[in-house]
Amino acid sequence: MPPLRRSRLLAKRRVALLFYESSTRTRTSFELAAKSLGADTVLVSALSSSIEKGESLKDTGITLRSLGAECIILRHPNSGAPYLLARSTGLPILNAGDGTHEHPTQALLDLRTILFRLSARNRLSDAIAPLNSGVLRGVRIAIVGDILHSRVARSNALLLPRLGAQVIFCGPKELLPDNAAGIGPGVSVERTLEHALANADVVMMLRIQRERLAGLQLDLEDYTARYQLNPERLARHAPDVLVMHPGPMIRGLEITSEVADGPNSAIMDQVQHGTAIRMALLSRALQSRLANTSKEKQKRS
Amino acid sequence: MKSILIRGGQLIDPSTGTDSNRDLLLRDGRVAAVDLPGQLDALAQIENATRIDASGAIVAPGLIDIHVHLREPGQGYKETIASGTRAAAAGGFTSVCAMPNTSPVNDSPDTTRWMLSPERQPAVRVFPIAAATLGSLGETLTDYAALHEAGAVAVSDDGKPIFSDAMMQQCLLAAAAVGLPVIQHAEDTRLTQNASMHAGALAFRLGLKGMPAEAESRIVERDIALLANIPNGHLHVAHLSTASALEAVRRAKRSGLHVTCEVTPHHFALTEEAVGDYNTHAKMSPPLRSESDRAALIEGLLDGTVDAIATDHAPHAIHEKEQEFERAPNGILGLETALGISLLVLHRQHGMALSRVLALLSTQPARLLKLEHRGSLEVSSFADVAIFSKEEQWKFRVNESKSKSRNSPFDGWILPGRILLTISEGHIAHEALPLAGNA
Repeated sequence: MPPLRRSRLLAKRRVALLFYESSTRTRTSFELAAKSLGADTVLVSALSSSIEKGESLKDTGITLRSLGAECIILRHPNSGAPYLLARSTGLPILNAGDGTHEHPTQALLDLRTILFRLSARNRLSDAIAPLNSGVLRGVRIAIVGDILHSRVARSNALLLPRLGAQVIFCGPKELLPDNAAGIGPGVSVERTLEHALANADVVMMLRIQRERLAGLQLDLEDYTARYQLNPERLARHAPDVLVMHPGPMIRGLEITSEVADGPNSAIMDQVQHGTAIRMALLSRALQSRLANTSKEKQKRS
Repeated sequence: MKSILIRGGQLIDPSTGTDSNRDLLLRDGRVAAVDLPGQLDALAQIENATRIDASGAIVAPGLIDIHVHLREPGQGYKETIASGTRAAAAGGFTSVCAMPNTSPVNDSPDTTRWMLSPERQPAVRVFPIAAATLGSLGETLTDYAALHEAGAVAVSDDGKPIFSDAMMQQCLLAAAAVGLPVIQHAEDTRLTQNASMHAGALAFRLGLKGMPAEAESRIVERDIALLANIPNGHLHVAHLSTASALEAVRRAKRSGLHVTCEVTPHHFALTEEAVGDYNTHAKMSPPLRSESDRAALIEGLLDGTVDAIATDHAPHAIHEKEQEFERAPNGILGLETALGISLLVLHRQHGMALSRVLALLSTQPARLLKLEHRGSLEVSSFADVAIFSKEEQWKFRVNESKSKSRNSPFDGWILPGRILLTISEGHIAHEALPLAGNA
């Protein structure tokens, strides 16, 4: 990897990372993205802060704003928490994952990965740039596993059909309710992995979130037998499919090492595209804020 | 002797079927006379009555809300009996029935009497509903006879269901013995753990665990089955919200069981869509349901299956609602918007006669809980009167609410039915404009 080149685009700007849940990829990626644009970052995590003492999300946000934060990157276990933080602080909030709702930067980096890999294979109907609403027309993307609890699945299902793609949710009833297709246009439900694979250009495997399985009648062995992506299934049903996974992977459960590390895998590309996406989002959030502030100053003077 | 003459209004009294121009004379907290316009002027002059000009306005029995949370004792930071009843008066209500999920739970005659004490400074009449089980824990019956004697008008563990079959059966039997209804908060809590809105495609999209309609209808069906074996039992279903539970009530009524139900204005005015970007002012239990449920509730209101409109007025402090959606408490204000929402949705949008709307908000709830001489303007009834302008539009501004709390999804709504004056047992409890002058 080339050494980090520091841009001065966001020099002296202050970005807070507010993490109520653990994270490896997303947190590091956001932090590196901010730093590579010259911004100063500060990390606040739920443990080791006043959050432990019962401080509310609103007060935590206001405190960070008073300390000079101009933008907050939030990961939170409750769906919708970024809306509350945005209303409470008036700051730009970047959602780094909220409950079982959304993980929009993951969907954007997934999109970037798909565009790069499919255009390299000449599988796209139009050129990538400029992005238009038909760029993924005819592309079928299967999202497999614990859809019910997956914010990655929701963000991708809301984003990809807007560019013409078809999303196929695949999983057992316990993890994929029948009404999931109602999330928006271009989304369908398929219970059998083989059928989903046979129709897919891209397959995204999701982690089984053991911590969320309490109370669900789900036999992990049976799940693995029916939904694991392994070399045999891949060779038989989708030899050319692009394999993605948002991480963290549980090797041997939803995916085997041969597939994760094999030629179809774009999993490491996904991680790398993440930094670029987050740099773009940070500069957009902070520069529009700068523009607004200077406009306000002009008005006042 | 203290008299009030209300002149020139259109008097609508669902209890007698009156809907015409009538003057009304109140004396010593009771209705003294109802007569043709001008006919009571002489008598009023003799009595030196306060004259109220109600020309162009509707004069109706004071509204009756059989489901409110006044938060006292114990949670005065959300609401007090004084503030909650001022909100009631501002909404045209002259009687409110207070649910027992206070702190401590109202499961004793002492607490019931404490709530009824004049020291609470109520602006309108309060009728406590006592807990059906000690601490509303669902384990031991409270003393229904003693609670009834102390002033309780029903028993309920509202906020949670009376869950076990055996306990619900005991409650129905014991309540029947003293002539009280059992009010059930119908929720199969096994299906609603950690859930915060209606189960449907929208809950899935928002990443929120949903409360399925069956969580309500299963308990309603179970309760109806239990009631069938209890002569003289009266089951009242609180805040009914689903088409399936409504259908169960409709069938039970046809088969002659004494089952009644109430519906809230928010459940017939709003749907799950109001949750929007995680608006905690659209979070309550039962949750706002689907459009087809809402349509079924309106049908049930129109065809008479629904017996009463009740608000489930549930104040919460600002900091409690300014939380993550899943963490925010359930409930919204309702007293000041109930008449306006009911007129808007039922009268204007669905053509329900004004007298029917008022029956659902006064006469019928009074009969349900046997609040005698209320919900009526017959001579010798209590002098509980709501005067409102039917046509005049007004804007509900939650920051001007008389409640201590601000949790309403109807802030900024333009509504018909502006309350001009509320009279509770002959006393002016709320006056929007100075209407009163001496004769």
